[in-house]
Amino acid sequence: MPESMPHTSHQPQQAFKSQQSQQPVLQLEELTRVHGSGATEVHALRGVNLSVFPGELVAVMGPSGSGKSTLLTIAGGLDSPTSGRVVVEGTDITTVGRKELAALRRRSIGYVFQDYNLIPALTAAENIALPRELDGVSARKARVSAVAALEEMGLGQLADRFPDEMSGGQQQRVAIARALVGDRRLVLADEPTGALDSETGESVLALLRARCDAGAAGILVTHEPRFAAWADRVVFLRDGSVVDETLRSQADSLLSGQAAAQ
Amino acid sequence: MSIRHGLLALLEHGPRYGSQLRTEFESRTGATWPLNVGQVYTTLARLERDGMVVQDGEDGAGHALYAITDAGRGELKSWFQRPVDRASPPRDELAIKLAMAVGAPGVDIRAVIQAQRHATLQAMQDYTRLKARALAAVEVESEDGEQARDDIAWLLVLEQLIFQTEAEARWLDHSESRLTRLSATAARRAENAPAAASPAPAGHDVTAVADTARTAPMPRSTRR
Ligand SMILES: Nc1ncnc2c1ncn2[C@@H]1O[C@H](COP(=O)(O)OP(=O)(O)OP(=O)(O)O)[C@@H](O)[C@H]1O
Ligand SMILES: [Mg+2]
Repeated sequence: MPESMPHTSHQPQQAFKSQQSQQPVLQLEELTRVHGSGATEVHALRGVNLSVFPGELVAVMGPSGSGKSTLLTIAGGLDSPTSGRVVVEGTDITTVGRKELAALRRRSIGYVFQDYNLIPALTAAENIALPRELDGVSARKARVSAVAALEEMGLGQLADRFPDEMSGGQQQRVAIARALVGDRRLVLADEPTGALDSETGESVLALLRARCDAGAAGILVTHEPRFAAWADRVVFLRDGSVVDETLRSQADSLLSGQAAAQ
Repeated sequence: MSIRHGLLALLEHGPRYGSQLRTEFESRTGATWPLNVGQVYTTLARLERDGMVVQDGEDGAGHALYAITDAGRGELKSWFQRPVDRASPPRDELAIKLAMAVGAPGVDIRAVIQAQRHATLQAMQDYTRLKARALAAVEVESEDGEQARDDIAWLLVLEQLIFQTEAEARWLDHSESRLTRLSATAARRAENAPAAASPAPAGHDVTAVADTARTAPMPRSTRR
């Protein structure tokens, strides 16, 4: 197997190539964000450009305070940039009305918060079902797909538990199920593996990867190189600017290249 | 030595000839550490000299077959039992490069770190893609026992490469924040000291800190 493996065709990669010619799902243009003013002014983002295409998972890495969460909240329409454009599936979300933005967020964007952000008064299943119900999906249908999303993550038994009855890692996985339920085209995850052990973290990444292979666009903020490595591209932020990024390369050339070097 | 013991481990499954051993070694390790047939025959000759293998006839096609001896089995058993030797850590070019970059004139150590981080992450992306395929192969549960064994062995080797590169990436992150913190401390110290009484180097760049660090070296015992 190992010898033949490098020649095996890799489906997602081929799909990805043809998708490059498509419209990006998310386009950030010259994004800046200044918090506060005067002496306490903080330039959290200084002119960031980033496009994410269907089928693509992009990892964002950088030291604490470099602007990763700021970038993600703006991309998800939860915060507004000081200047610049945020285009989600062709719509500049910095210019649409509040109602339209809320609907777009519920329908198109799945968001995993750094601190889970589950609603304490709702059970796991209700937390997942809520945005879909708000969007007009019947309560029964929303419940069925919520339970299915939990089961996909091996959490079926938690459906009727409240957040304070779950461990941190369980809450985090419920939050991920909430972001992935329905067919959101854009999935934004801020440190989704923070409270998870290595093995569980990996299964969450595999899930995110699979969702992107199926055509979604994703951004993953993480400090963990091992999880960032699941991405097609790794973008490095430093003091609010993108300073470097890796590109997707052919895994196959790696081993042969190494063989040649020895 | 790993080739020696690798070959003994393969011969434990029954007599084999040289190029067959080479193929099987690479099937297990995914051609990560390629062997040439010459290395295999040299190693076999040494093992034979040491009484750990013997020539054992030929197969139908006329290949000379080698078989493991009791002495070879004893050596193999003790290899599996003893931990890998850590007495002298392998020389690491990256560690040496960073050590040399501290305070080197005209070298931006943060750029050195970022260039390496880029390459390291890129390698991890590649390994991870290979791993995703290897995982899929393992989950398919091959009918062929030998194939299944090779798939699992290859997965383990890949994961070792991933964890090894991860350690490198983490160390780079750590080094960068360490240098940033040291440089902030040095800048603060320079600010607090009255200008006239402070001939000490000041500044926000890492090079300045590196100079400070060089004039006040860590105790020998904490460096390796
Ligand atoms: N509401 C706010 N008011 C003022 N400053 C803020 C606010 N939110 C963020 N900042 C500042 O903006 C910068 C970027 O913050 P951000 O949360 O995006 O960092 P991060 O890269 O996500 O860090 P971490 O890895 O610690 O989560 C920081 O300097 C932070 O202090
Ligand atoms: Mg953050």
